[in-house]
Amino acid sequence: MLKLRKWKSILLLMSLTLILTACNGGEEDEGQASSGNGSTISISGSTSVGPLAEKLAAKYMESANVNIEINQIGSSAGITNAINGVSDIGMSSRSLESGEEEEVSPTIIAFDGIVVVTHANNKVKDLTMDEVKKIFTGEITNWKEVGGKDMEIVVVSREDGSGSRDAFQEIVDYSSGELVRNSIIASGNGNIKTTVATNEHAIGFISFEYIDETISTVHINGVEPTAKNVIEGKYPLSRPFLFVHKDLSEESQAFIDFILSEAGQEIAAEAGAIPITEE
Amino acid sequence: MPNPSEVKQKNKSNRLKYIMEFISEKLFLICALISVLSLFLIIGFVFFKGSNPFIADGYSFIDFIFGSDWIPSEDKYGIFPMIVASIYATIGALVIGVPIGLLTAIFLSEIAPKPIAKIISPAVQLLAGIPSVLYGVFGLAIIVPFLQNNLGLVKGQSLIAVILVLAIMMLPTIVTVAETAIRAVPKTYREGSLALGASPIGTIFKVVVPAAKSGIMAAIVLGLGRAIGETMAVILVAGNSLIIPTSITDSVRPLTTNIALEMGYAYGTHQEMLFATGIVLFSFILILNFVLAKISSKGGK
Repeated sequence: MLKLRKWKSILLLMSLTLILTACNGGEEDEGQASSGNGSTISISGSTSVGPLAEKLAAKYMESANVNIEINQIGSSAGITNAINGVSDIGMSSRSLESGEEEEVSPTIIAFDGIVVVTHANNKVKDLTMDEVKKIFTGEITNWKEVGGKDMEIVVVSREDGSGSRDAFQEIVDYSSGELVRNSIIASGNGNIKTTVATNEHAIGFISFEYIDETISTVHINGVEPTAKNVIEGKYPLSRPFLFVHKDLSEESQAFIDFILSEAGQEIAAEAGAIPITEE
Repeated sequence: MPNPSEVKQKNKSNRLKYIMEFISEKLFLICALISVLSLFLIIGFVFFKGSNPFIADGYSFIDFIFGSDWIPSEDKYGIFPMIVASIYATIGALVIGVPIGLLTAIFLSEIAPKPIAKIISPAVQLLAGIPSVLYGVFGLAIIVPFLQNNLGLVKGQSLIAVILVLAIMMLPTIVTVAETAIRAVPKTYREGSLALGASPIGTIFKVVVPAAKSGIMAAIVLGLGRAIGETMAVILVAGNSLIIPTSITDSVRPLTTNIALEMGYAYGTHQEMLFATGIVLFSFILILNFVLAKISSKGGK
């Protein structure tokens, strides 16, 4: 009898933990301000803008007496934080929607190119925009149809709501409903890169900043994905990087001024983004 | 006659004792209430957020459960593929995990010599302590490439990868709970069986295991709960495709993954629909706990 009671209490405890653990997949961390030396600027949003913002902030904090906190939680969450005042600045890699436009104002801090990537061994180096669309909507399902080996294509896409995905779909011109159903959905640029780098069949898209030698980049309509080609308007897969904000504090304004200055834009170029000054 | 001041002193110390007693009782009560309160807060919050689209915005709950299209940007919310994926993944994990876990538990409690059990037992318990995301990384780095390269799958992120990872993850739960249950079987059962001429293995499967049945069932149900609620490990190896799986090589998106994957970007109805996904998941867990309660109350008879 005693054993049974012990049993029951263990089970009860375990089931309670179970219930609790099963439910906590919910809300993500939101930007939080902490007190430190000087004042704090809290920034949150897009995982595409994030790496660039980190580099800009690191450089800026060397000279200015401010503390900049950056949370990469996705464009929509970042914009929401800016609207709610949870963050001073939201980062977005998609343009604002109608409800959001009235609440916050955008500042373009740089441009980004999106590049279509494949496995490092993939021989296909050039696709037309139409072929890209047909691959992502499932009309083309074998690499041999676009001049590659005779093997199935595995499409890798970002999750619904991602700024990169919205931008990519808008430019390539297909909707979420048209995306091939059995595509792998990966969260974040890094995840797509890893998935594509380890699968010979895969094709995906990432920001310019994430390009490295583990993956092979694809030319679009014969145009190489480079910053120069984006600025000259030749490379079609590009989008603006936005900082969205309400009325700015003095410190935040100074940070944005720094980003838009020549020095800031130089850092942006080093980070793989495309500076706005050369437009 | 006792000295009056002494009596006063004694009363005072007694009073102090009662106050301390009272305070500590209340303290315990408050601690107990915190867990119950957080449970209700979570349930309330999830249900409040998740039921909103069906009550306020007029979405159909039937379409939500049985719809096969999940395209938030086009206002289509159907989680049927994910329900199927969750169920398949859990059943698959059970098929692999239960026999291994059960045999391990039997081995540890009945057969293994002490030195060996001393190595295996902590190892199994340590397995339970590994953060789930590490299981996911392991799956992504070892299982997924293995499936791709050695079994010739087009993509390693698949139902079978999820099943393998979940089967490993549920092992510690099954082993520890089942082992406790088997150990709880009175020694006289075994002695009686052996005395009647049954072999040791015969004794284990015909006498000990049936006697520990309810505990073993509880172990399985707990393992099941672990598998169905697991998120981080699954998100990395599932592939997260929105299809109803027709083979174990298809990539899938279980309920948990859907929530974790899209919550970061979701707002408005999309976010509420993710909470609604949480309600469905929660219902699964509730049913499991109900079954568990039934099993353990039966075990008392």
